[in-house]
Amino acid sequence: MNYTGFSYNIFSLGDAAITVDFGNYIDIDINKEVIARFNQLQQTPLPGMIEAVPAYSSLTVYYDVAAIRKLNPGLTAFETMQQLLEERLKQPILQKDGEERIIKIPVCYDTEFASDIQQLAAVKNISVEEVISFHTAKSYNVYMLGFLPGFAYMGEVDEKIATPRKSQPVNVAAGSVGIAGKQTGIYPLASPGGWQIIGRTPLKLFNAASLAPTLLRVGDLVQFYPINKSEFEKIKITESIG
Amino acid sequence: MDTIQDMGRYGHQLLGINPTGAMDKYAMQVTNMLVGNKPGEALIELHFPASVFMFTQPALIALGGADFSASINGEPVPNLHCIIVRKNDLLQFHKPVSGARAYLTVKGGIAIKPWLNSYSTHLKAKAGGFNGRNLHKDDELLINQPFFSSASLDDFKVLSWQADTKYLTAAQPGINGNDEILMLPGNEWERLTNESKENFTMTSFVITQQSDRMGYRLNNIPLHSMINDEVVSSAVSFGTIQLLPDGGLIVLMADHQTTGGYPRVAHVITAHHTKLAQMKAGDKIHFRMTDLATAEQLLIKQQQHLLQLQNACTFRLEQYFNEHHH
Repeated sequence: MNYTGFSYNIFSLGDAAITVDFGNYIDIDINKEVIARFNQLQQTPLPGMIEAVPAYSSLTVYYDVAAIRKLNPGLTAFETMQQLLEERLKQPILQKDGEERIIKIPVCYDTEFASDIQQLAAVKNISVEEVISFHTAKSYNVYMLGFLPGFAYMGEVDEKIATPRKSQPVNVAAGSVGIAGKQTGIYPLASPGGWQIIGRTPLKLFNAASLAPTLLRVGDLVQFYPINKSEFEKIKITESIG
Repeated sequence: MDTIQDMGRYGHQLLGINPTGAMDKYAMQVTNMLVGNKPGEALIELHFPASVFMFTQPALIALGGADFSASINGEPVPNLHCIIVRKNDLLQFHKPVSGARAYLTVKGGIAIKPWLNSYSTHLKAKAGGFNGRNLHKDDELLINQPFFSSASLDDFKVLSWQADTKYLTAAQPGINGNDEILMLPGNEWERLTNESKENFTMTSFVITQQSDRMGYRLNNIPLHSMINDEVVSSAVSFGTIQLLPDGGLIVLMADHQTTGGYPRVAHVITAHHTKLAQMKAGDKIHFRMTDLATAEQLLIKQQQHLLQLQNACTFRLEQYFNEHHH
């Protein structure tokens, strides 16, 4: 039994990683549990832990097999890790609702940067302006980062603009803001991708030269706001200097 | 495609920054050990056709991993030996004889700056390694410590001893043939129909042309899942075998993404990453299921073997330099 009452399932991810799965759904309460457990592991790592990776509803720990087998020679490293993790999961989480960072992200929704916005509006039977106002009306939780360096999976968008991803990936420019299902995200780098593109931000989502190379982190709250083309260009210049 | 790699970049997957690193970390470590480097020292991973290297100063080098029929100044040189090269010696690779990735290391390591504590090239992020990219014609790599040789050599010199990696092919218990790869069940293994489970282990898969440092696409009879629900994106690993919507499989390799949403039907055991990394398009794979205890034991055995090899390499190298008054 877990202290906070979330049921979970533990399984091996190959012979050098272990996953705690709190259920196969996208749910903000489960995600907050994952992030809190992840923060706990970052503050006090388990012995032999190489790194921990939070996702929507699961937490994975990569470990050094030889180091862990030395702790408990009679058991497999997986069994020892499972015990250590289960002990951790019994401990209460001290700071679950810590202060979230609020990150405001300017987006230019001009058609030039939004290859799919008109079609999305047409399919959803709303205007392009309504797509923009639905997208900017809410704050979004950063559930996890993955796919590309700095790519944040955020949600959930209003049902009125939720749309399936494309069947075939196309080339997407860096900074493109997209929707896939009820998720929204920003491509930090130019990449093939299948999300429906509704705008572009001039901000750098990923900067290898920075000590904090990604703009977004798990647990952040993101608010989009619309900007026009000239504001986009102005911010872009500032970003390239900074 | 030739890049600088090391053991990989860990601790940043939470930001979506995948570890990258050498495809064949076993071969990489052996190659480094030969010249007395740290096992995880940055070196060059080569794919055929590989670059031609001209040495601009004397160096102690070694080659390992795949056999690309290397020569220096036109004379064949073997893998897994220390080689002393002189200024203007020319290293070339002529044909892919066996394996898929060769390693070239230089005593002292390559003088480049780490990115997030690793020298591995991250091609997507355009960071790490040599300017975040693969090596191009006319690039100049510097060596951390110059190699001084008191004896002036008339020719390059291959030192006599060879790193013993026969254990890899001979001493693995229960392994029949070179195409056999051991795996562990993934969390979605049970989603496969019984027929597909049987096909997975009873038939062989072919590595297709759509295979690179990110992953290998495998070809066989399509496999079927009893449940078509997607998996909410979660972490994956080097060696994770995912079931694609078309019934095909992909094995994730060194440049894999940090997370994925395809069912994780199985995972190649870590001890067999070296074998997998040396396979190429057209090669066959025969998967066989094992258990965690066996997988861990094979990995520990491999690590113990590396330690013994490191001791032997250090000893031979010291002995050589003592005898030759370098």
